[in-house]
Amino acid sequence: MVDTRQPVVRMSGITKQFLDVIANDNITFNLYPGEICALLGENGAGKTTLMNILFGYYTCDEGEISIKGENVHLSAPKGAITRGVGMIHQHFALVPSQTVLENIIIGTKSGRGIFLDIKAARQKLLRLQKRFNLQIDPDAAVWTLSVGEQQKVEILKALYRDVDILIMDEPTAVLAPAETADLFTTLRSLVDEGRSVVFITHKLNEVMDISDRIVVLRAGQVVAERVTTDTTPRELANLMVGRDVLETIERKKLDAGQSVLEIENLKALNDKKLTALKDLNLVIRQKEILGLAGISGNGQRELSEILFGIRDALEGSIKIGSKLLKFGSPSSAINLRMGRIPEDRIDTGLMLDLSVEENLILERHRSPGFHRFGLMKAGTIHQFSDELIRAYGITTVGRDAVTKSLSGGNLQKVMLARELGGSPMIVIASQPTRGLDVGAMEYIHQRILQERERGAGILLISEDLDEIFALSDRIIVMYEGEIMGEALSEEASREQIGLWMSGVST
Amino acid sequence: MIGFRLVKRKPLPGWAIILIPIAAIIVTLILSAIPILMAGGHLWKSYYYLFYGALGTRFNFLETFVKASPLLMTGLAVAFAFRAKFWNIGAEGQLLAGALTATALGVSLGGVSKPLVLPIIIAAGFLAGGIWASIPALLKTKLKVDDVVSTLLLNYVMIHIMGALLFGPLQQPGSSWPRSMAIVEAACYPILMARSRFHMGIPLALFAVLVVWFINKRTIFGYQSKAVGVNIRAANFGGINTTSVILWTALISGGLAGLAGVGELCAIQYRLIMDISPGYGYSGIVIAMLGNLHPIGVLLSSLFFSVIIVGAQTMSRMTGVPTYIAEVIQGTSLMVMLIFLLFTEYRIRMVRKP
Repeated sequence: MVDTRQPVVRMSGITKQFLDVIANDNITFNLYPGEICALLGENGAGKTTLMNILFGYYTCDEGEISIKGENVHLSAPKGAITRGVGMIHQHFALVPSQTVLENIIIGTKSGRGIFLDIKAARQKLLRLQKRFNLQIDPDAAVWTLSVGEQQKVEILKALYRDVDILIMDEPTAVLAPAETADLFTTLRSLVDEGRSVVFITHKLNEVMDISDRIVVLRAGQVVAERVTTDTTPRELANLMVGRDVLETIERKKLDAGQSVLEIENLKALNDKKLTALKDLNLVIRQKEILGLAGISGNGQRELSEILFGIRDALEGSIKIGSKLLKFGSPSSAINLRMGRIPEDRIDTGLMLDLSVEENLILERHRSPGFHRFGLMKAGTIHQFSDELIRAYGITTVGRDAVTKSLSGGNLQKVMLARELGGSPMIVIASQPTRGLDVGAMEYIHQRILQERERGAGILLISEDLDEIFALSDRIIVMYEGEIMGEALSEEASREQIGLWMSGVST
Repeated sequence: MIGFRLVKRKPLPGWAIILIPIAAIIVTLILSAIPILMAGGHLWKSYYYLFYGALGTRFNFLETFVKASPLLMTGLAVAFAFRAKFWNIGAEGQLLAGALTATALGVSLGGVSKPLVLPIIIAAGFLAGGIWASIPALLKTKLKVDDVVSTLLLNYVMIHIMGALLFGPLQQPGSSWPRSMAIVEAACYPILMARSRFHMGIPLALFAVLVVWFINKRTIFGYQSKAVGVNIRAANFGGINTTSVILWTALISGGLAGLAGVGELCAIQYRLIMDISPGYGYSGIVIAMLGNLHPIGVLLSSLFFSVIIVGAQTMSRMTGVPTYIAEVIQGTSLMVMLIFLLFTEYRIRMVRKP
């Protein structure tokens, strides 16, 4: 594709290596004024790395960058910001206890020397809000805002700094459908004034909706560049993954058995001591997958942590089979044969500095076969780990390899091997495929289905609606600590689920 | 312009673990040449007498082990605690608790059957150090009090308790100095080699190396304390009782430091004085770090320290270089080792800067 316009950003020959992973391999990327360019690719394709290099957050090993015709060597984001480049990361860089206005003026120069010029700042902010229709109370503390509103604050922060090249890293991951539509309107109005937007995502339908041009990355390389109107989601999917994929999940018809998990009148607080769960009731039966959908921050994390035994509840009861779960006791959950796949496998699930074997035996190192008088039986333990490594196809140098040397997909396999190896009665899987590539994702899905066929009951907590629809027998939606609605997955419509997710009950 | 930055490197092969401390010691000796020359010493002569003084004669050779034994005990104590990320900076206070208990029993157990006296003293000294260390562990697990601060501050509390007792009930009758009576003969560690101070505390410390190594490597408790050390959240998630692991870790760690105090009292001083420890507890921190928290590493680094300490006496006598050089070498060795350990995980890469 030949483009005759002058690019506002020109990146050529960009290479960046982390340890033995080449995140960016000789990438050439141009951005033109007045366009929304989607950077499409799977997790780990190198999208965020490339943009972090443009933003000066990383320095590239090789390659050249020019912004607005000027060759630059960025060693910190400051250099990028002064040249009009702004980046909004997935995790916002806001100070929760400060107000919107305070957050926006952090780090900017005041017209009054060492004194804050709040008045002028407020004027400027209000002008921007009016111009781009981004209405938020400037004096509201950031922690009181919804995620969608916080994102608006981030956009205003960028505009306040006269950013005309805005990078957004997976901006819709945390948004409800209606908020996404709002965001797209805002982005459109930005580029209409001649600004440029880079939109990092792996969601095909969004790319089709919002972008003018699409650059597809795979394994650190640019594999294709398309004008949005000239391509189809199917073509993009194939380019992104490099083979024909449309994961086909076959969920056998099974009759659910007796109940394995019963939650009654569960009430709990979150870390801010605000209500996270209001009187929650749910039942899961054998051979059944219950999909729990919802936008993050609506109580799913608290629910999973209570089930895992790492958070206390205020009231209510949880029964696994016929026995009561003791709140705040991980051993109770383990002893009641719960398979627990936490959302944060790196921080909560695994010990990255220990060996694969040491991770595999974590929940079972005290069981009778594994020790005698407190001494570990190395032989039995080695045999146990080798079997799990083989059964779950964990790619590793061996059981003694340090766990952090494994890829994301293999880390999750270690997690699954440990949690599912004991044939649990109930499985709680929280965001089990987040951050994984398509291959690993398929594997995890198959494993979850196998557990269902074996007879386990499964609670699948996920923000990925495709995953929820593909795996679940029943779907429930959580909003602000309550169940907004429930439907059989065959009968549920995406629109309905989407409405429930944004708190509209019908 | 050229700049430098640190980048993660691939894990080093096993031989590096052996080679790194040796290289660190060589670099330390090269760097320490600067202060020796500045002090007007002759370099080769100074180093010759440093090592000759520590290893060259039978008496000094054995004396090096005498000096190493408290350092080894406190080094093990700190390493054992640090491995579980219980930041025990309080080995000094725990050592004093052990020495104090040994004194109280050593002056009063005259009537007890002789072969029982030492086992009682050793057990009590271990327990005293352990209990003193479990105070900050309890504060940490129950009240989230920072263990670095509480273990450190409890050192001063123990020094003052010792002072109060040495001017009070434990003071030798008729003495105006803060010192206790001598302990009874049955409470003294046997001397194992004639014409030296090579005492029972030395094999005891070597035995402790084996025990710590065994606990770390082979027992459920060793596995659990390691898990708590690398990721306490994951350990808790996996059903490990992290509170109890930290408490037991503190008890054993403090106990080892307590034994250092028992040894100094029952084998070297035979009576409690305010200067019973020249800071062995603090040196233990350096030794534990220098030994990379591994019991064998701690053994080697405590020997290195005692060579420097003992050898510096001879070096000073023969060349006129002050004995303070010993402390300079110790400090340098820790810094070199820490830098070397940094480079086991990172390497330097040159980058162009605008």
